[in-house]
Amino acid sequence: MEATVRETVEQKPERLLDRQVIDDQEAVTAAATVGKPFVEAPKMAMRNVNVFYGEKQAIFDVSMDIGSNEVVSMIGPSGCGKSTFLRALNRMNDTIEGCWIEGSLQLEGQDIYDPKLDVVPLRARVGMVFQKPNPFPKSIYDNVAYGPRIHGLVDRRADLDEVVETSLQRAGLWNEVKDRLAQPGTGLSGGQQQRLCIARTIAVSPEVILMDEPCSALDPIATAKIEELIAELSENFTIAIVTHSMQQAARVSSRTAYFHLGKLIEVNDTEKVFTNPEHELTEAYITGRFG
Amino acid sequence: MDNLHLDQHISQQFNTDLEELKTQLLEMGGVVEQQIIDAVKAIENADGSLAEKVLITEDEIDKREVQLDEQATMVLARRQPAASDLRMVMAVIKVTRDLERMGDEAQKIAKMAIALNEDGEAPRGYVELRHLGTSVQKMVNATLDAFARFDVNTAVQVAHDDRNVDREYKTAMRELVTYMMEDPRSISRVMNIMWALRSLERIGDHARNIAEHIIYLVKGLDVRHTPVKEIERQIQDA
Repeated sequence: MEATVRETVEQKPERLLDRQVIDDQEAVTAAATVGKPFVEAPKMAMRNVNVFYGEKQAIFDVSMDIGSNEVVSMIGPSGCGKSTFLRALNRMNDTIEGCWIEGSLQLEGQDIYDPKLDVVPLRARVGMVFQKPNPFPKSIYDNVAYGPRIHGLVDRRADLDEVVETSLQRAGLWNEVKDRLAQPGTGLSGGQQQRLCIARTIAVSPEVILMDEPCSALDPIATAKIEELIAELSENFTIAIVTHSMQQAARVSSRTAYFHLGKLIEVNDTEKVFTNPEHELTEAYITGRFG
Repeated sequence: MDNLHLDQHISQQFNTDLEELKTQLLEMGGVVEQQIIDAVKAIENADGSLAEKVLITEDEIDKREVQLDEQATMVLARRQPAASDLRMVMAVIKVTRDLERMGDEAQKIAKMAIALNEDGEAPRGYVELRHLGTSVQKMVNATLDAFARFDVNTAVQVAHDDRNVDREYKTAMRELVTYMMEDPRSISRVMNIMWALRSLERIGDHARNIAEHIIYLVKGLDVRHTPVKEIERQIQDA
C-alpha cells in the first residue's frame, strides 16, 4: 500500500522558547483580566482588590463579580491566590496577623470591610465550607443547630428541629442520620462529615456559600454526592468554589475564574474556558502544559 | 493561538498520544488521497485492475477509521482533554468520519470504472471528469496539508474551492444531460460518468467539512453551515 507520507511541519524552535516565557512573573504581571468578570446585578462585587501578607502581596488588583444563584469556580496552580481571594470574601483573613486588604468588596452594595460592620452576621450571610470536614465535637443535631442558636434565629425547640431537618435534607444527609441525631458528628464518614458541615452552613440561611476545595479529602462517590448537592444548592444560594480538580470546576460551575501568581487572568463561561479559553495562560494550565 | 503546542504537556505520554492521533489521521488521509487519484485514473485509462485495487484498499480505510476512533476514545477516557487538546480529539473523530466517506466515494468511482469497462466507453464526460478530478484532488491535498500545519488560511481556501467545484459539477451535469437528450442510446454509459462526477463533488464537500473542522480545531470557532464570507469575517474577529 503506497500512502502519501505527509510531512507535518515541526514547530519552530523560537516558538517553543516563546512558550516558556509565560510562566514568568513579568508576563503575568502585565496580564489584564480577560473574559467576562462582571455580571448584571451582582451578589458580590469586588473591585481592585489587593491582599498582602506582611511585605508579600498575594493578590494583585483583582476585580470580578459573583452573580446571584450562580456557581463560580476558582482554579489555578498552588499559590496562585485563589484561596486567599475566597477567604477575603467573608473576612476569614482578618484572623491572620499581618494580613491586610485594599480595594472594594461589596455584598449587595454593602462594604464588607466597613470597620463598623460586625463580622459574625456577615459570616452568617456568607458561609464557608473548608477543605477538611471539621464538624464540632458535638452531636449531629447540635452541629447543625449551633448556628441558628448563636445567631438567635429560632426560639422554640420545634422550630429548631425543623431547621435541623431541612438543612440535613438539603445537604442530602437526612436519610443517613435521622435515626442517630444524638451521636457525635465526628463518627460519620468523611463524605458524610463534609455534608454535615454543608448542612451546618446552610442552617443559618446564608446568601453565599464559599467552598474551599470541599472534595479534596473525599473519595469519588462522596465527591459526586457533594457535586450533586452544589447543583441543587445553587437554586437557592450563590456559590463560589475553589478547586484543584479542573474536571470538578467543569462539572459544577457556570463561570470559571483562572488565577495565576496572584492575578486574575481570565473569567469566562465554564464551557468557554474548557473548550476555547481566551488567555494562553488559562489554556496552558487546563491542558497541563506548565513545566 | 495558531500553534497548538501539542508536544508541551507535563505528561510526555499525553504528548505521544496526541501526536500519534495526528500522525495516524494524516496517514489515513494519505491513503484516501491515493484512492481518489487511482479511482479517477482507472476511469480515464479504462484500467480495470487499478479499479479493483481501489476496491480492495477500501477495507484498509475502514480498518483505519475504527482504529483511530478507538485511539481517540482512549485519549478521552484516560486524559479528559480540555481546550485545544479537546478540540484536537473532537476534530480527529470528525475528520476520520469525513475521510472514511471520501474513501466510500472513491470506491464508487472505481465501481463506475469497472462498469464503463463492461458497458463500453461513454461518448462524453471524460474532459469534465479530468477537470473535476484535478480540482478535487487539489482540494483534498490542500486540506490534509492544512491539518498537518494547523493552517487556517489554507482551510478557508478549501472552502472557497468547494464552491468552484460545485459550479464545475453543475456545468458538467447540464452538458451531459443535454447530450443524453440528443442521443438517448448513450444514457446508461453517460450515467456511469455522471455518477463518478457526483462522487467527486461529494468528496469536495467532505474536504470542505474537514476544512471546517480544522478551523474549529485551531480557532475554536464552529463554522459549519456558514457561508465562506462569514467564516472569513469570524476568523478576522477571533
